[in-house]
Amino acid sequence: MNRFKGMKLTRIWGVVVAAFIVSIVAGTAFAQEKVLKIGQLGVMSGPAASWGLVNKYCIQAAAEMINEEGGVEIDGEKYKIELVSIDDKMDPKLAVSGMERLVYQEKVKYIVGPNVDTTAASVVPVIEAGGAINIPYAFSKALYSPPHGNSILGMIASYQAGPVIYKYLKENKGVKSISFIARNDSDPLNQRDEGVEAAKKLGLNIISSTDTYEPGTTDFFPVMSKVVKGNPDLIVLSGVAPADAPLLIKAARELGYKGLLSTETAQDIKILNEVAGQYAEGFISVGGASTPEIQSDYMKKFVERYKKVAGEWNDEAGTKVYALQMILYTLQKAGKSALTDVEAFKKAIPEVKVRNPFLKDEKVLKYVGTAYFGQPRQIGVPMVVNEVRNGKFETLFIGSVED
Amino acid sequence: MAQMIINGMVLGMIYALIALGLTLIFSILNVVNFAHGQMYMLGGFVVYYLYGVYQWNYFLALAAAALVLAGIGVFFEKFFFRRVIRLARREENTMLLAMGTALLLENLALFSFGEKQRGVPSVVTGVYEIFGAYLPAGRALVFFLAFLLIIGLLLFVQYTRPGRAMRALAQDKEATYLQGVDINRISALGFAIGAALAGVAGGLLITVFAINAGSGTAVSTKAFMMVMIGGAGVVSGAILGGFVLGFCEAIGYETLPGSTTYLIIFLALILFLIVRPQGIMGRPQG
Repeated sequence: MNRFKGMKLTRIWGVVVAAFIVSIVAGTAFAQEKVLKIGQLGVMSGPAASWGLVNKYCIQAAAEMINEEGGVEIDGEKYKIELVSIDDKMDPKLAVSGMERLVYQEKVKYIVGPNVDTTAASVVPVIEAGGAINIPYAFSKALYSPPHGNSILGMIASYQAGPVIYKYLKENKGVKSISFIARNDSDPLNQRDEGVEAAKKLGLNIISSTDTYEPGTTDFFPVMSKVVKGNPDLIVLSGVAPADAPLLIKAARELGYKGLLSTETAQDIKILNEVAGQYAEGFISVGGASTPEIQSDYMKKFVERYKKVAGEWNDEAGTKVYALQMILYTLQKAGKSALTDVEAFKKAIPEVKVRNPFLKDEKVLKYVGTAYFGQPRQIGVPMVVNEVRNGKFETLFIGSVED
Repeated sequence: MAQMIINGMVLGMIYALIALGLTLIFSILNVVNFAHGQMYMLGGFVVYYLYGVYQWNYFLALAAAALVLAGIGVFFEKFFFRRVIRLARREENTMLLAMGTALLLENLALFSFGEKQRGVPSVVTGVYEIFGAYLPAGRALVFFLAFLLIIGLLLFVQYTRPGRAMRALAQDKEATYLQGVDINRISALGFAIGAALAGVAGGLLITVFAINAGSGTAVSTKAFMMVMIGGAGVVSGAILGGFVLGFCEAIGYETLPGSTTYLIIFLALILFLIVRPQGIMGRPQG
């Protein structure tokens, strides 16, 4: 009996020692492959799910392409990119707990997201206390202006695109009167207010600007009836989600509206075609570097990879592809110390000036936004304004944000 | 004014169809089916894939949506709710289960179908002008089909044997059992029909509104409101509740700033329920 007990103990000790040796070897092997964790926090469920999911798929696709080349090189060392993704369901409470997990548990320093004003504002204390940088897709100027400095806007804001679009339509399409309709949420309402200010400065006649619809609305006939009655030259769909835009367009056209429709948010041509069909013709929206006529070969490769990861292309990805790339360019500029110290990252921001890898033409990609935020806290994504023609996005014009 | 009336009529008919399924399940099983909106959403996806992607005949696709959702309804009743209803001492248990099924369906849909909005071409094209108001032909068709379905359900419940059994079960479960009615079979049938109605509503409305994996929650919320207005478990109440909400929405959006429409609707609902908690057609409890 004692002999058997002794043999059993020996076996147990043998397994423990073997497991210890294996873990040391495995740990050493992994330690040799350096990892750069990138966080992604955004809305990935509900009607606005595409906003966060597109962020996730963009990072996944880009990370795969970079990792296949051996990873990103920073100060002579290669790092494989690893994505840590959390769904905040567009809820500030979940955004805070998600960001806390990313920053404190996962030790992530660079996070893409969140997607709207409320969630982006809620995580500011966490990223500042935890020493992290995030790239939200929220337009509130307070996020990017002093005393704050850890957030970088990842796209063109509505108050940047709106004046440019309205001016273009006033000068080229004879627009004299304008109406606004917005979802009853802080982000779209802010965008609407900024749009109204821009329209006033341009001297446009504002027919109506107080019409709103509740989140989750699917039948826009009642609310659009009122807007269409005013018969403005242009109806602006402020802060409209890709799921709502085609329904609003369809309702307006079925109500007999013949004027122009526009938005300052990115849209998806497949959804527009499927839901609005022929009614989407002439709809104006802001896109990214996604129209084929301006894409570089690298962007085309990214598009194919994105389709593999996500199942299909989404035009929003043309805007959101920039986030990871700019993080990596800035880390390369700042050096290894920025992997753990975001102050080094922030110091390097004004120095980042690279050839835009996503555009066919030679254009500089850098941080911009000083004119709006008092500091360069915006990725200089080109402002590509699209118009739907024959079921496709065609570039109406390309602009840029002032430095 | 004409546009307001037409909007109210179309909305009301659509909402009535959605509310009917919910109230049917509640009346027979005493289960608040929180997954009702998600079933509506799934019905829409069935039609999206069959009619929109695989180019089936629309009406066949709609029938398929009804069958698929009926199948899901039977599955849920037999494997989830039947046991919980038998064993649970508190009604909250079935409510929690129903919420769980709602989350299950929503996340399954997100996983299977992705996050994008999906729509299909209108079955009929064109817009009618009636006394200066616009009525798209697609909406007119939805109105007409919803009307036929509601009439069909009312006739089924009133004049068929299973329909009468369902009514009896809704009134008194024990007495119905003592009459020799197979409670389990009728319960499953009731759940199947309720789920099928939600699925058909989704299949009809994807031609007008489009659908995404997150569509269900808002639909469920509105369905509960209609049922509360009309009276929980009362078929005529569900129809009335649907029209009341439809007209409130149409009038509210026409006459009030958009953000106050639902604020006033919710306030009015709270006040109404304080005065008449059983709804318009419901009977007081106890």
